[in-house]
Amino acid sequence: MPERPIAVAMSGGVDSSTVAALLVRQGRSIVGMTMQLWNQRRLPELQVEGTTGRCCSLDDVYDARRVAEQVGIPYYVVNFERQFEEKVVKPFVEEYLAGRTPIPCTLCNNHIKFDRFLEMADSVGAHHVATGHYARIRYDEASGRYQLLRAVDDSKDQTYFLFGLTQQQLARTMFPLGEMNKAEVRELARGMDLAVAAKSDSQEICFVPNGDYAAFMDAYLRDTGVTPARTEGEIVGTDGRVLGRHEGVHRFTVGQRKGLGVATGEPLYVIATEPASQRVVVGRNDDLLRSSLFARDVNWISIPGVAGPVRAQVKIRNRHTAAAATLRATSDAARVEVVFDEAQRAVTPGQGAVFYSGDLVLGGGWIE
Amino acid sequence: MQRFYFDHNATTPVAPEVLETVVSCLGQVYGNASSIHHFGQAAKQRLETARRQVAALIHADAREIVFTSGGTESDNMAIQGVVRAADQPSKHIVTCAIEHPAVLMTVKHLQQEGVEATAVKVGASGVVNPDDIRRALRPETVLITIMHANNELGTVQPIAEIARIARQAGVALHVDGVQAAGKIPVDVGELGVDLYTLSGHKLYAPKGVGALYVRKATRLEPLAWGGHHERDRRPGTENVPGIAAFGAAAEVAGRCLREDAERIGVLRDRLENAVLERIPGCGINGSRWNRVPNTSNIYFDGVDGEAMVIALDLRGFAVSTGAACSSGALTPSHVLTAIGLSDDRARASMRFSLGRGNTAEQVNALVDAIGSSVAHLRRISVHA
Repeated sequence: MPERPIAVAMSGGVDSSTVAALLVRQGRSIVGMTMQLWNQRRLPELQVEGTTGRCCSLDDVYDARRVAEQVGIPYYVVNFERQFEEKVVKPFVEEYLAGRTPIPCTLCNNHIKFDRFLEMADSVGAHHVATGHYARIRYDEASGRYQLLRAVDDSKDQTYFLFGLTQQQLARTMFPLGEMNKAEVRELARGMDLAVAAKSDSQEICFVPNGDYAAFMDAYLRDTGVTPARTEGEIVGTDGRVLGRHEGVHRFTVGQRKGLGVATGEPLYVIATEPASQRVVVGRNDDLLRSSLFARDVNWISIPGVAGPVRAQVKIRNRHTAAAATLRATSDAARVEVVFDEAQRAVTPGQGAVFYSGDLVLGGGWIE
Repeated sequence: MQRFYFDHNATTPVAPEVLETVVSCLGQVYGNASSIHHFGQAAKQRLETARRQVAALIHADAREIVFTSGGTESDNMAIQGVVRAADQPSKHIVTCAIEHPAVLMTVKHLQQEGVEATAVKVGASGVVNPDDIRRALRPETVLITIMHANNELGTVQPIAEIARIARQAGVALHVDGVQAAGKIPVDVGELGVDLYTLSGHKLYAPKGVGALYVRKATRLEPLAWGGHHERDRRPGTENVPGIAAFGAAAEVAGRCLREDAERIGVLRDRLENAVLERIPGCGINGSRWNRVPNTSNIYFDGVDGEAMVIALDLRGFAVSTGAACSSGALTPSHVLTAIGLSDDRARASMRFSLGRGNTAEQVNALVDAIGSSVAHLRRISVHA
C-alpha cells in the first residue's frame, strides 16, 4: 500500500495553492479538493457588477484546478452545498434574526472544513488534511493534547475562527502556513510560478456579496419561501426614550454607529438589539463597556478545562486585541465566566470569546 | 497507474478506424462541401458517404439525416422545430420524467413561451407505460418526445408501441436515441418514429458531431438561419472531418453491433452478479431486463457516491454517479428520484457503463475495488 495521501482543501486562493505546492515539493502524495459550498447564482438579485466575496465562484474553481494541474496532483470538486446551507447559512440567518451577531467562518470550520471535509478525505483514502489557515498545531507530550497556537504572522492569525476544533480534528490537520508570514507565502507562490501568486486575498463573509448581509438575508428568506417576520421597530435610548424607527433588528449589530438615522448632539452607538420587542437600544460609547461576559458551549483545546480561576487573554471578535481577564468556572463545565481586568467595548452576543495564554489557544466559546 | 474506463455513457474513446478517418480528412479534405470545384466535391463526397453510413445504422434513407453539432442540438432542433412549425393556436407536448436535460430543459423553455407540457411518470422499473402516454394526449398535442434508452439506468422504452399511439393520434414522435444507437438494433421505419436523435461521441466518434433523423415530410422550423445546407434544415459550413468520423463510427457500430452487445452484456452481467453476490446492502436501480447491454446502475446503501467516484478514480477506475451533467449539482439525479429512490439512496448510487475496451480482467479488478471502497466508506461514514 503506498503512502496515504494528504487531502488539501484548495479554495483557488494563494494560501491554499501554496500549501498544495509546498507539500508536493516535500514529496508528499497529495489530493487537491475544492469544496463547493454555495451556488452564487442562487440569489440573482445579489449579483451586481463588481461583486466581491465570491466564494465557490467558477473562477475560483478554475484557479484551483489550474494550480492542481501545474503541480501535478489529482483534483476534485466536492459538493457540500447541502451541508453548508444547513450548518452555516441557516444558523447565520437565524442568529441575526435572534438579535445576535454570528460568525459563519467558525461554524464552517467546525461543521464543514474540519468535519465533512475530514470525512471526505478519509473516504478517498487520505488520513490528514491540510489547509491554508494561518495557525499552528503542536502535540504536547506532557499533557497528551494537541495544542493550537497563534500564527507567526500576527496580522494573518486565524485562531480566532478555529476555537471549535476538537482533539480528533487537530490530530488529523496540518497548517503548513502557520510558521510563515503572508509576504513569504506570496514570495513562495511567485517562486514556484503558481498561477494565483498575484491574486488578491478574499475578504469578509464568503457567501455574502459586498458584505451586505442584510440584503443577503432578505434575498435568502425570500428564496426559501419564508416571509421575513416584520422586524422593524423603535430605536430607543438607554433611558427608554423613543428616538426614532428602524427597518429591522437584524440590520444592526452591537457597537454599530453608522446608519442609525437618529441625530443627537453626541455620537450614538447600538448598545443592544432586542428581537422580542423589536427595539434597538442606542447610547453613548461608554454604555458599550462591559466588565464581564459568559461564554457557552466552550471547547477546550490546549488544556482540558478550568477548575479554579485561570488568567488568560481573551479576544471577543476577530479584530480585537486580546484583553487580560480571569476565566472562572461555572457549575456547567462548558460555560465560563470571563472577568476582564478593564471593561471592554461592544461585547457582542453570538461572537466568539477565545481564550489565549500567550500564543497558546486554551479554548473558546460563544458569547451569551 | 493503470487506468480502466467504465464511463462509456458519458463518452467513448475514438475508435482506431475513426481516428484514421479524422486525420486523413483534416489533412487532405479541406474543401467547402458547397464549392463547385474538385476540393469542394471531395468534401461533399465524404459528407454524403457519412450520411449513408449513419442512415444505415438506423435503417433510414440518407436524405433523412441532418448533421448537427451533437445530441443536444438535435434534441432542440426536433422539439423546438416541430412545436414552432405547428399551426395550432395552443400546443401541447408529452414527454417523460427521466428524459435527458437536453429534452427536459428545451420543453421547459417552450413552457415559458406558453406551450403546455405533460411529463409522464415512470415506476421503479424506469420504463414508461405506453398507456400513460396515451392518457396524456390532448387534442392540441403536437409532439411526443421520449428517449430510446435512458443514460443513467440503460432502460429501453417501448418506442414501437408509443409510435403506434402517436400515429393513431396524428402526433409527431421524437425519440432521443443517443444512448441506444450502436448498443441495440435501431430501425426507425420499423419503430415508426418521425425524428430520432444521434450523437457521435457516444459511439466512438469525436465530440461535436451528431445527427437528427427527420422522416420525409416532417414539418420542422430550423433553429438557425443562413445558407441552404442540409436541405435547408441546418445552415452553416459542414464539419466534414467530424461528420466523416461519425460516418465511419456508425459503419463500425453497425458491423459490430451484435458481437459488441453480446460480449459487453456478458461483462456487465458478470459485474452485477459479482457485486450483488459479494457486497451486502446493494441492488440494481431500474429494470434488469429492458436494458441496453452496457449499463448498470447500482446503489450501495450507506455510501456517499461522490466520495466513491473519487476513491475509485484514485485507484484508476473511471465510473460515475448518475449522469455526468448532474454531478456536482446539489440535487440528486432526477432519474433516480423519478423511479422512486430516496435522496439518500440516489446519492449512494453509481453508474457503470461498459464499452469495447473493457475486458473480464478489468471487470474483476473493478469488482475488487468496489468491494474494498464500499467496505471502507461504510466503516467511516457517520453522516450518511
